[in-house]
This record gives sequence, structure tokens and C-alpha cells, in this order.
Amino acid sequence: MRTKSTNILPALFTYGFVGLMAFLSVFPFIWMVLGATNASIDIIKGKMLPGEALATNVANFFTLVNVPLVFWNSAKVTILATVLTLAVSSLAGYGFEIFRSRQRERLYSAMLLTLMIPFAALMIPLFIMMGKAGLINTHIAVVLPTIGSAFVVFYFRQSTKAFPSELRDAAKVDGLKEWQIFLYIYVPVMRSTYAAAFIIVFMTAWNNYLWPLIVLQSNETKTITLVISSLASAYYPDYGVVMVGTILATLPTLAVFFFMQRQFVQGMLGSVK
Amino acid sequence: MVHARRGGIGRYYDVNGWLFVAPALGLIALFMVYPILWSLWMSFQAGRGMTMKFAGFANIVRLWNDPIFIKALTNTMTYFVVQVPIMILLALILASLLNNPRLVGRGLFRTAIFLPCVTSLVAYSVLFKGMFAPDGIVNSTLQAIGIIASPIPWLTHPFWAKTLVIIAITWRWTGYNMIFYLAALQNIDKSIYEVARIDGVPAWARFTHITIPLLKPVILFTTVISTIGTLQLFDEVYNLTEGKGGPSNATLTLSLYIYNLTFRFMPSFGYAATVSYVIVVLVALLAFLQFFLARERDR
Repeated sequence: MRTKSTNILPALFTYGFVGLMAFLSVFPFIWMVLGATNASIDIIKGKMLPGEALATNVANFFTLVNVPLVFWNSAKVTILATVLTLAVSSLAGYGFEIFRSRQRERLYSAMLLTLMIPFAALMIPLFIMMGKAGLINTHIAVVLPTIGSAFVVFYFRQSTKAFPSELRDAAKVDGLKEWQIFLYIYVPVMRSTYAAAFIIVFMTAWNNYLWPLIVLQSNETKTITLVISSLASAYYPDYGVVMVGTILATLPTLAVFFFMQRQFVQGMLGSVK
Repeated sequence: MVHARRGGIGRYYDVNGWLFVAPALGLIALFMVYPILWSLWMSFQAGRGMTMKFAGFANIVRLWNDPIFIKALTNTMTYFVVQVPIMILLALILASLLNNPRLVGRGLFRTAIFLPCVTSLVAYSVLFKGMFAPDGIVNSTLQAIGIIASPIPWLTHPFWAKTLVIIAITWRWTGYNMIFYLAALQNIDKSIYEVARIDGVPAWARFTHITIPLLKPVILFTTVISTIGTLQLFDEVYNLTEGKGGPSNATLTLSLYIYNLTFRFMPSFGYAATVSYVIVVLVALLAFLQFFLARERDR
């Protein structure tokens, strides 16, 4: 009884504060969904009720934007980046942890230093490199510089420390080659690590903006992120259309979040922006 | 015999070791190490477009006499000095409140506060641009409650544009930082708090004297990440304030200035590379300083 009466004020404060923060966090999502059902003029006047313009907005979005192509571009870039990054980084993380050597340890430390390199310092040389290679305006140019990721290698190496060495020994006795051990034993055993790493890489690739903005210059190659940005930067943006676009662009990451919530948080905890 | 076998295994291990790490190391060397060295070389070159010649420290001298650079640097530092502490304190408070197992619906609160992390930087910037329009939902709500008399010019006034960028970044990243603190709080022995409570230590003192000291390594880690992120700020500013850096460059960041120097104006690669090295040096310095300060305070 005593604790209840003395705790009522702090409790009220806690619920009020946390509730307000939760509301503010979710509010833009509600606003986005309501916005998609309203005309642009009502949206920027702050209307907060569902309207009747959803069908018009969706229709306008589909006329302004080649939706299948844009989604295909985004999907292509994301899938390529994700599959290649996971493959290359898990091989390296496994290699660094299982086959130790002094030289590789040095290279590993040097590699971790690249985590501090800001992208702004890379974009000009990368742009010139891609220009010389004739890759401007291609999806290969978008994906290539993102595959070698010191962070994802680090993530896999840390997780490989938990990979039981008995499995490797047993596989060797059975006469498996090193690549077979990796492919048939390591990959299936480490699937939760792959899941968390998948989320980090998927989110980064799907939402990547600055580098695609530089490299992708024609409408045929643009990704959904670039399209939304250019729709919203029009002199008089049609916010109804923009809202439809942001919903469609957010849905894949939202779906990944809700279906893989545990791995999502795990991936976030391990991710470095 | 023994020697021969050991040598054989050593070589076998080594070939495999190199094969496994080669693709990643090769790609990192080609797309990280080579470009970063190239931009260092470029920062000593001057000229328009691809015709460049050695210019010594001319670019560095140019930095000091470039009011737009000074503006971009000041803005970037302002974001960092104002936004990072606000966000980290907010995330810490939220994490310690949500760590209380007796809080009803804390899973729901946690998910809600974490939700902004799923949005892309472009998508949320676009949403915020609409919400903070002159007659938009934010101004009309603030007016309805009576906090402000006339609409705040969020997008067109230098001070408010900067404030808007700070609000937006805080919205996007607070939940992300909170997750780190929640994970770290799980490892703190609950009995420490019980003892403090029984001894009559008030909640705020428990926060400043128990939570913050125990979470120091995580706080340091997230501060470093946020610092590096803030120093590279681009997407939000580009999309919130029309790509130009806002009213009289009020929101211009270093990354946006580099982009403008390279792709918007007559390309001046050498000078842009010099500006980019300012970010490299700042990131390295601040990361070092934060680790150093934390170690000092430990003694």
C-alpha cells in the first residue's frame, strides 16, 4: 500500500513521458498513411482525417512513375548487394577466425581502420573510377563499392568465435574439403548470423541514396529512393503522390522488421552507421 | 617427420586462409583504400574538371578564405554539438524507464520508439518536409494548443531550418540508440537498484550515479557512431531543404558542400577532396578524443 501511494506521481510521469515519445515516434507513420488518402492541398494544410483521394493519388503515382521498373531497379540493386556482401564477408570472417596467421591479423586490424573512412572522401575518386570503367548509369556501379564491407566481415568474424570447432574436426575426418565444410556445415549452422547480417545489408542497400544519386543519371535506372526524392523536390510537390511513394518504399523494410523483429534488433545492435 | 608435417599443415592452412579472405580484402583495397589515397593526392591538386596540376597547400589556404566552407563547417559542428547530446540523453532516459519490468506495455512502447529506424533517410526527410510545411500539421497543432501565435517558418528561416534538421535526426535515431542502452541495461545486476532504492536514493540520482557510469562504454560507442554519422550528414539536409543547403546556406553540411562542389557547380575535384579530408581528420580526431576522455575519467 505504502509503495503504491508514493509511486503514483512518478508512475504518472513515466507513462506520460514514454507515451508521448511513443506517440511522436509513430505519428509520422499515421500522417503518411492518412496523407495518402488526401489531396496535396489538404495535406500541407495539416488535415488529419482520412480523405477520398487515395485512388487518385495511387493512379497519379502510377502515371508519373514507371512503378514496376523502379521497383525492379531497387530490388536488383538490393538483392545483388545483399547476396554478394553476405557471401564475400562471411567467407572473410570465417577465414580470419579459423585460419589464423600473423600477416592476416595485421591486415585485419588495418581493415578495421577503414570503418572510419567517411563516404564523402570516397565519392569523387569512385565517380572517376566508374566513369573510366564506363559504368556510370549502371547498377553494377551502385553495387560494386558496397560489397567489401569491413563492418560485415567484423560481424561474421565475431560470430564465428561461437562456431563449434568439433564440427570442423568431424567434417575433416569425413574427408570434406575446406570449401565443402564452409558451404555445407558453416552456412547452415550460422543461419541466424546470416539473418542478422542480411537485415543490416538489406536496409543499407534498399535505402542507399547519395551514391546512387551520383551514379544513376537516367530515369530508366533510378531506384525508388531517388524517385521519391525527385518527386518531393518539385517546385509544387504533389504530397498525395509523395505519400503513396513513401509508403511503397517503406513497406519492404517494415515487412522485414515485423517478420524478423528479433534478428532485426540483433542486426541493429551489431551495425555501425 | 614432425617438421615436415607441421610445415605441410602450415602451408595448407595459409593457402586456405588467403583464399577465404582474398575477395573481401581485394574489394576493400580497390574501393576504399585506393580511393582514399587518391583523394589525398587530389587534395594537393587544383584545376577545373579533369585538367589538374600540383598546387601544394593552395587548397588548404583556400579553405580558410572560403566563407561557404566555414559556414558548412560551423553548421556541421552545430548539429554535432547540439543534436548528439540531446539524442543520447533522451535515449538513456527512455531506456532506463523502459527497463522497468513493472511498466505495463513496455514491449509496445519499445517497438513504437524503435519504429523510426525502419524508414529510409530520404523517406522520413520527405515526410518531415510535409509535416513542417508553413500551414502543415505541426504549425497548425502548435497554434491550436496556443504555444505559438503565428506559423513558424521551419523551411525558410535559417534558425528554424537548422532546428528542423535537428528535430528530424533526433526522431530517426533516438530509438536506435535506446536499443543499445536497453541491451546493456540487461547486464546490470538489478539488486544494485534495489539497494539504492531501499537506501532512499532518488530516481534521478540512481540514473546519474548508477546507470550512466555503468553504461559508459556503450555511451561512448554510440557517441562515436553518432559523431561519425553527423559529420557525414547529407540525405536529410538535401531532401529537407531543396538540395541547396537551405536559406542562406543555413543547413549546408560538409558532405553537401562536397557534393555541390563536385556535381552541381563547375567540378573542382581537388578542392572538394580537400574539404572531404576535413571530415576524415574530424572523424579521426573526435573518435580519438572521446576514447581518450573516457579513459581519463576512469582513473
